[in-house]
Amino acid sequence: MSYSAKVIDHYENPRNVGSFDKDDADVGTGMVGQPTCGDVMKLQIKVGKDGIIEDARFKTYGCGSAIASSSLVTEWVKGKTVEEAMTIRNTQIAEELALPPVKIHCSVLAEDAIKAAVADYRKKHGENQGE
Amino acid sequence: MKLPIYLDYAATTPVDPRVAEKMIPYLTANFGNPASRSHSFGWEAESAVEKAREQVADLVGADPKEIIWTSGATESDNLAIKGAAHFYGRDKGKHLITVKTEHKAVLDTMREMERQGYQVTYLDVRENGLIDLEAFKAALTPDTCLASVMLVNNEIGVIQPIAEIGALCREKGVIFHVDAAQAAGKVAIDLKNLPVDLMSFSAHKAYGPKGIGALYVRRKPRVRLEAEMHGGGHERGFRSGTLPTHQIVGMGEAFALAREEMAAENARIAGLRDRLLAGLSGIESAYVNGDLDARIPHNLNVSFAYVEGESLIMAIKDLAVSSGSACTSASLEPSYVLSALGRSDELAHSSIRFSLGRFTTEEEIDHAISLLTQKVAQLRDMSPLWEMAQAGIDLNTVQWAAH
Amino acid sequence: MITFAPIYFDYNATTPVDERVMEAMLPYFSARYGNASSRHEHGRIALSALEKAREQVAAATGAHPTEVIFTSGGSEANNLFLKGAGASFREGRISGMADMAAIGATEHLSVLNAARQLRAQGWRLMQLPVDANGQIHPADVEAAARERPRRWSVMLANNETGVIQDVASIAARVREIAPDGGWFHTDAVQALGKIPVNFRALNEAGVHALTISSHKIYGPKGAAALIMDKRLDLATQIAGGGQERGLRSGTENIAAIVGFGTACELASSRLLERAKTHEALRERLETRLKASGAAIFGADAPRLPNTSFFAFPSVDGETLVGKLDRAGFAIASGSACSSEKSSPSHVLLAMGIPADLAQCAVRVSLGDKTKAAEIEGFLHAIQETAGKLGRLAAYARL
Repeated sequence: MSYSAKVIDHYENPRNVGSFDKDDADVGTGMVGQPTCGDVMKLQIKVGKDGIIEDARFKTYGCGSAIASSSLVTEWVKGKTVEEAMTIRNTQIAEELALPPVKIHCSVLAEDAIKAAVADYRKKHGENQGE
Repeated sequence: MKLPIYLDYAATTPVDPRVAEKMIPYLTANFGNPASRSHSFGWEAESAVEKAREQVADLVGADPKEIIWTSGATESDNLAIKGAAHFYGRDKGKHLITVKTEHKAVLDTMREMERQGYQVTYLDVRENGLIDLEAFKAALTPDTCLASVMLVNNEIGVIQPIAEIGALCREKGVIFHVDAAQAAGKVAIDLKNLPVDLMSFSAHKAYGPKGIGALYVRRKPRVRLEAEMHGGGHERGFRSGTLPTHQIVGMGEAFALAREEMAAENARIAGLRDRLLAGLSGIESAYVNGDLDARIPHNLNVSFAYVEGESLIMAIKDLAVSSGSACTSASLEPSYVLSALGRSDELAHSSIRFSLGRFTTEEEIDHAISLLTQKVAQLRDMSPLWEMAQAGIDLNTVQWAAH
Repeated sequence: MITFAPIYFDYNATTPVDERVMEAMLPYFSARYGNASSRHEHGRIALSALEKAREQVAAATGAHPTEVIFTSGGSEANNLFLKGAGASFREGRISGMADMAAIGATEHLSVLNAARQLRAQGWRLMQLPVDANGQIHPADVEAAARERPRRWSVMLANNETGVIQDVASIAARVREIAPDGGWFHTDAVQALGKIPVNFRALNEAGVHALTISSHKIYGPKGAAALIMDKRLDLATQIAGGGQERGLRSGTENIAAIVGFGTACELASSRLLERAKTHEALRERLETRLKASGAAIFGADAPRLPNTSFFAFPSVDGETLVGKLDRAGFAIASGSACSSEKSSPSHVLLAMGIPADLAQCAVRVSLGDKTKAAEIEGFLHAIQETAGKLGRLAAYARL
């Protein structure tokens, strides 16, 4: 199996690695995956007063594709509104990174991470959202 | 220093140049078929085959007549287990014993025997990878016709107590097969004094060519086998097929060199392995898999907690290492050997097998240490699990979201 | 003492490795020594060499690379088919089939003895008779097909006589009579490199698998292939790491397989030219042999261009071969196998040749290095030797 150039680029130069204070009111944190499955992704978004995502950070335990998928979404969500971020689909991630079929689950996880981070942010702000 | 650094000698070894030199004439000038009985081309090939048989026998304290050529250790394992079980299973009973950490060639053959109506006991190992002799003893039944236990494990390098196991087998009249593919040339083997009936060997793990192996079949007391490959009746009927002279010559020469150089080579490699172990000890939360004493010096298998295995392999692509047995590493399943030691899937996934060999240098070891130290740190900086562990969170208590 | 290299006329037993083959192989002993199953660079290099060789083998035999299963030799490939074909039952395909193997009466021992092993397990073994020229007749094929054997094996060309069977027609007849019929295999070990071998054409006629071997075509010993229709459900005979799509476990013998691939390419590139040369040399040989009173076996059937199996009546084959060896000519009294060496050839007996004449048989098989002058020298030597031995035999009878 060989990785695409884009996966390798994100893997070797991951964007926005790090953490925000998860107790910060402007921060939404999503942690998805399980160690036993070989992938755990933590995605954090920092949302401005205007509802626009100002910044994002990730930490990922997982294969090259998982790291690349999470690195990519930190770039993608920045500058988007929370609502816009919610429209990012795993298929877009998989396509952008040219993920092989056995690695599609990494992009699914990244989409889930966005949703989890947004859900956490909304919860802090008392917004209700359906499950 | 040439990159990538090869630290995967347990997967395969280069042919020693001294071995290659001996092989080449048997491809061209002395190309005869050893089974050709009517001319000097055949006789020359045959005498080269017989000389190699002696060389192989000499390394392991066998009689040349006890050595059967095969295409490799996998075929030897198949022939030993199927051949002996088919022969002895008729009268003695259809129970077989093996161990969960055996090579696939043994385990898959055992599965095949189950399909043929045999019962197989797959013994657990202790946390250090060694089998429990009491458990082995308890597994023996009046129906047991054969047991198969490897001498040296391919993933973790531990040495099983085959003399003791063999003695238990002798007591009960059980045929004892030992897969010694990873052992020959690395540990002393003296079949004159070992209670072993059948033993598998491979050339390409010991600086010989691929495509050739051998099966030791004891003559006193005589061990019987049903042949598995039929044809011209080569190898006294045990294994038909034209003998690949050049490969056999290569195996003979490789085993002869091993006999001469094993002691010195083991000492040198033990020095390198200790250096590697000392270097990696600087990395937090890294665990050696398998017993460190009952182990060949060539192997070090280490789990690096909180980093994922595949990304680790990707990060250290300057090192040619294995994250499990070469035969299974195409799949993403955790190593069954490490699972059998009781390692969690995560730790199994993040394990690296370093196997050192004849051409490994100190410089290469030092480079490997610094690369690993650096890359493990980078991946941990990126790992949410490491972050949680540093914050004092016990990962076992975390409720992970369903996935 | 003057020593000189004997002249080799035993190319059907084995061939020397072509220099170009050797050159292709050598790097895989030293710099490119990886295990094809390893996931690092060394492994990938080995894997790509393996796949390139698979393509070369496929191209030389009109097969698709995914139809090529590498084995350690022709005997293993023949055993794999005979014991493994259709072993894992698949509904529908095998309904009404009998636990029976139909094989040619003149098959190589690796087919014959694998089939005998099936018989030991309770199968019926039917040997298709051959005529005096070593050929199987359609009527016998039809009779056998009506009994619906599960496995068939008929060799493309015989190793001793060189006689060529019309395997495509035989397989087509089988399929006509038993359309859901058994699995059909042909041992093409001796045919490859001497006559065209096209798996696609054979497959269309109803052949499901074919064996070829490296060391008969100027490649190294230790590599061979079973080329097989992917519909064939084959039970593995060597279990383990799951190499070769799970059909044949064991670390791939990269150097030998690379050599095999190169040898296949070379074999197919000069096929007709080689065949013509050999045929002319053999014609020269046999004309003179016949004139000296030799009987040529299979002479009226289509034969491999390089093979001549003949006998001087009342001149014992093994004795003749021994004398010729001392005169500097390496020939054979039959196939190069370890057992049954002193009994007369089962191939000749199947052709109805009397045992005493069969006992006199010797085989000359020509190769790429054979020169016309060597044939002349050989004729001189054999006429003299056979003449002497014949006179001795005549005296002995007095």
